[in-house]
Amino acid sequence: MTFTAIKTPTPREISTEPRRSDRVFRAIVTFGGISSLVILGLIALFLGYRGFEVLRQEGIGFITHSDWSISTDDAGNVLESHFGLAAMLVGTILCSLIAVVIALPVSVFCALFLNFYAPNWLKKILVTIIDMMAAFPSILFGIWGFLVLMPSVEYWAKLLHRYFGFIPIFDMQVPVYTRSPFVAGVVLSIMIIPIITSVSREIFSQAPLDRIQAAYALGATRWAMIKAVVIPHGRSGVIGGAMLGLGRAMGETVAVFTVLNIVFQINWQMLLGAGGNVASLIILKFGDASPYEIKALMAAGLVLFLLTLIVNGLANLIVKTTGKSGR
Amino acid sequence: MTTSHENEKEKMETHVKPTSLASVAQAHNVKVPGTRALGTGLETRGVHAWFGKHHALADISLDFAAGTVTALIGPSGCGKSTYIRTINRMHEFIPGAAMAGEVLLDGKDVYAPGTDVTKIRLQIGMVFQKPNPFPSMTIGENVLSGLKLAQIKAENKDDLLEECLERAGLWSEVKDRLGAHGGSLSGGQQQRLCIARALAVRPQVLLMDEPCSALDPGSTLRIEETIRHLSDSMTIIIVTHNMQQAARVSDYTAFFLSDGGPGQMIEVAPTSEIFSRPQDPRTENYVTGRFG
Repeated sequence: MTFTAIKTPTPREISTEPRRSDRVFRAIVTFGGISSLVILGLIALFLGYRGFEVLRQEGIGFITHSDWSISTDDAGNVLESHFGLAAMLVGTILCSLIAVVIALPVSVFCALFLNFYAPNWLKKILVTIIDMMAAFPSILFGIWGFLVLMPSVEYWAKLLHRYFGFIPIFDMQVPVYTRSPFVAGVVLSIMIIPIITSVSREIFSQAPLDRIQAAYALGATRWAMIKAVVIPHGRSGVIGGAMLGLGRAMGETVAVFTVLNIVFQINWQMLLGAGGNVASLIILKFGDASPYEIKALMAAGLVLFLLTLIVNGLANLIVKTTGKSGR
Repeated sequence: MTTSHENEKEKMETHVKPTSLASVAQAHNVKVPGTRALGTGLETRGVHAWFGKHHALADISLDFAAGTVTALIGPSGCGKSTYIRTINRMHEFIPGAAMAGEVLLDGKDVYAPGTDVTKIRLQIGMVFQKPNPFPSMTIGENVLSGLKLAQIKAENKDDLLEECLERAGLWSEVKDRLGAHGGSLSGGQQQRLCIARALAVRPQVLLMDEPCSALDPGSTLRIEETIRHLSDSMTIIIVTHNMQQAARVSDYTAFFLSDGGPGQMIEVAPTSEIFSRPQDPRTENYVTGRFG
């Protein structure tokens, strides 16, 4: 038996006439969806517009040089100015990376504990506390870091320096341990633990039950099951959470400002009490800045904004490329 | 040796009621429960199961001879799946789950205090209703995943891999793509992959919870052939809603039923007996399709 030859028709156009209520609702949600994009775009435009003069004058030097000086005559006219963010950018990245390196393992273990080990009553309490931590005012973390953490971190910093000093980032020439990027990183890590924990917990709890049962039915211990099923399933989500935390750490202002010594010199030595941070720079200079310096600070804001955007873009890319396996 | 063997047999007979069953079994020329034809067997005594306050299963005593296939049939919600999940202690994963009675493997209670539950699950393997290979692993890794999960060292992994896939009836279809991901197989192939995975840890007993209910007739047939082959070397308990399947693959059939209360076992007998001359009218109604 053979199939008869088929004359291929052209596909029909398929359309539908939406109801009025559907169109109204569609308009409302579209407005909500677009508004965040519009707001973000307007902020970027505002920063670019206000900072344009400085950006044009400094050129690429705005992100490759590390000085911040302005001199004006008595009438307030600018005589000479040098603005460069290199040290601040390096400091921002350094502090945020320290924060993520500390926070990521703590958060992942915390999420695993909450999902697979904690008794129900403890889980409820801990989840509430962790959610509360996310909403805690950052200035309080800063003050706590300044008064409580700084004296004790000094001890850990000395230990790290003594035993790991051969690694460049743990090295230091001048023994100034307070107000270092390390202290700022530790404070930031505490602030981003709730975010990474809550994202990881969510993704771990979605690990498919049939595979969990398959692992147990094969004689897996709980830890072996977690390694074989839960972690492969959650890997991309955890990376996404870490990137979210990184973004939060880079934008954090007050807490870092409280514990970090801002110095206009590129410094990769995390234990040395000299760091940089774009957001903290803005808060440091904003109070008594001349109109022209304000423009420079707006430009700095734009750079930070773009940096955060790039990190989030990278995060999406990583989540997409690692997302396929394990699902 | 002989005396202890007979003692054991006597002991067994006092707990279940196999006298009639054994004679029927001999008449039908199938292996008799409790005769330990291929070494040792599995037995449950007075098993009850609860989910919270809900009493799901009442007083199930069954004896599975080594090397036999037993089918559990009955309408949905009569406790068949719950029953087999009590056997390899998967029941206790459900919050609020409880059980009573004993499950004896080689005469040892698997619920005895201090038992390493992971060892029990190595001896009593399980195949689930929905094929559930690990998607992040390749076909080969999936088959050997049990060894990794239970931290067992294998002498020759390649031989074991081939042997398990061969016994599961999948080797010829996947031998050229062992490095492909498990998710790239068809549903029926995935289920046979799950069987191969269960075989790799060399269980004595294999529990199958409606293993063909999500599969097409061709795949179902392949899995039934696999079950027949496997029964030479292990005890198999299969839950099925398909009575033709029970008739095709099993030596014994147990009929479960719930009258709204906890599920109970109504009748167990050699499969041909259950389908031709059931003792209980409820069994007859069910197997002839009058309800359920």
